[in-house]
Amino acid sequence: MKIIVCIKQVPDTNEVKLDPVTGTLIRDGVPSIINPDDKAGLEAALSLKDSLGAEVSVITMGPPQADAVLREAMAMGADNAYLVTDRAFGGADTLATSTTLAAALRKIDYDLIITGRQAIDGDTAQVGPQISEHLDIPNVSYAEDIKVEGNTVIVKRQYEDRYHTVKVQMPCLVTALGEMNTPRYMTPGGIYDAYKVKKVTVWGRSDLEVADGEIGLKGSPTKVAQSFPKSVKPAGQKVTLDADEAADYIIEKLKEKYVL
Amino acid sequence: MKRMSLQDYKGVFVFAQQVDCVINGVSFELIGKGKELAADLGTEVTAVILGDGVKSLADELAAYGADKVIVVDDPVLKEYTTEPYTHAIHKIIEKHKPEVFLYGATAIGRDLAPRVSARATTGLTADCTKLEVDPDNKKLRMTRPAFGGNIMATIICPDHTPQMATVRPGVMKKATKNPSAKANVEEFNPGFEKNNKYVEVTEVVKKVSDKVDIMDAKILISGGRGVGAKENFKMLEELAEVLGGEVSSSRASVDAGWTEKDQQVGQTGKTVRPNVYFAIGISGAIQHLAGMEESDIIVAINKDEYAPIFDVADFGIVGDLHKIVPVLTQKLKEERAKRNA
Repeated sequence: MKIIVCIKQVPDTNEVKLDPVTGTLIRDGVPSIINPDDKAGLEAALSLKDSLGAEVSVITMGPPQADAVLREAMAMGADNAYLVTDRAFGGADTLATSTTLAAALRKIDYDLIITGRQAIDGDTAQVGPQISEHLDIPNVSYAEDIKVEGNTVIVKRQYEDRYHTVKVQMPCLVTALGEMNTPRYMTPGGIYDAYKVKKVTVWGRSDLEVADGEIGLKGSPTKVAQSFPKSVKPAGQKVTLDADEAADYIIEKLKEKYVL
Repeated sequence: MKRMSLQDYKGVFVFAQQVDCVINGVSFELIGKGKELAADLGTEVTAVILGDGVKSLADELAAYGADKVIVVDDPVLKEYTTEPYTHAIHKIIEKHKPEVFLYGATAIGRDLAPRVSARATTGLTADCTKLEVDPDNKKLRMTRPAFGGNIMATIICPDHTPQMATVRPGVMKKATKNPSAKANVEEFNPGFEKNNKYVEVTEVVKKVSDKVDIMDAKILISGGRGVGAKENFKMLEELAEVLGGEVSSSRASVDAGWTEKDQQVGQTGKTVRPNVYFAIGISGAIQHLAGMEESDIIVAINKDEYAPIFDVADFGIVGDLHKIVPVLTQKLKEERAKRNA
């Protein structure tokens, strides 16, 4: 079985701080990580490799420094890695990104493609389902669990108030939820192999069969018209009180607002 | 896809999500917002409902303001699966050519809309919190939070149609219900043919919950990491009971196993806007604030005077929640007894 996991390098938003003056993000010195949902997807693929035997490849689209997340994935146990990188791919929205990734995926054999549900920098959850559409394969989103039986994948598919058990024929695409598992750590031997033994295949614009009008900024139907820091309402009252005073204070305020 | 002049596209369409023949509340919110957009565009709002035995739900969509309802009724649509739903929506887009198509940003909408966008080769903006029509060029301006809510981005889709967006549940307002409204129904059969993209749902397991959905609560008592233990939520439940509210929580409490996922407020949970939101032992990470800052009144109790929750709280108390909450509950009970006396 051949599994490809799509991963994205993202800034660790838990570490992102806002500039108190400009209200913009301070990105300097913020570490980059494998997007958490993608890392869970990678762990699911590596677990399948452990239990059933599988060849696990990882692929990312991004700037050249996205090499780091591919090395980390190989240090965790991925066998092959592909970096899709070119200035021509820059400025892509989800549709152009998925079109580019699909073009790269067509060059690799796969039975199962796993993506994270969504990336923490964009939160769109679109690229996985869009890739599957371009590849004309079924997709199941929001996976809490992934099992393989013969030629079918059994997915526990999460909804707000329920889950479905879904049987899907390979080849197919599944999007993974971060809470599905706890990803393994890199091993020292794995780190050595990832940097000294294994190779990252790098593909640029000329390696992919895709039209100019479908990639990058030009191939993106959506454009950012404007971005701005979130407006904040002015802070209200803040008081330091003991329990008795605090309770009276809250009751008084709720009465003032006609809640009580 | 056939290239058409953009002027040929007309109408605001909304995906009216139903599960087990119960319409999801976000569908009415989409119709409410869709009516405003349609007014600005000089057009109508059409609700699209897909399912098995859902024709009788059309009047309810009309009651909330849908000018027209397209019904696709077929056993293959009984449980949500991506392919037949995508096929039906795509065929409706081909036939009716709407200029705007809105979906709820639910576990269904966030799977369906991207697949439709790729099939129709158009743009999709995720998790919008604001939609408006540009008065100059009549294009949709779609605003959404990015980077966990730190930055807002306004997205446009100038040269592709339909302009599509998923919209965060709980953000847009429903129109006033007109219970006597009768739907103008079009039944549509897109022709379903099984292919490699069909999947099989072998099991449906519902989570049992007797709790009121926190999105419908007027008063929420929300607990975070500072609550300290699962058993301490009892104290919050007692406060909720005396106020007639519900208990919700931060992500930290869900991750700690103190509360359930369906009680989670925030970026990866639910967006709530109750009359009163009590943030108890919640520091106020940006992802949490994204889900509750539109509440009418925010009361925060936290021992850390620098907690960011105080930046959005109307009334902030720096103090020990473990002492304050029981006293508050007791005093509220006394208040109630006084009033009933």
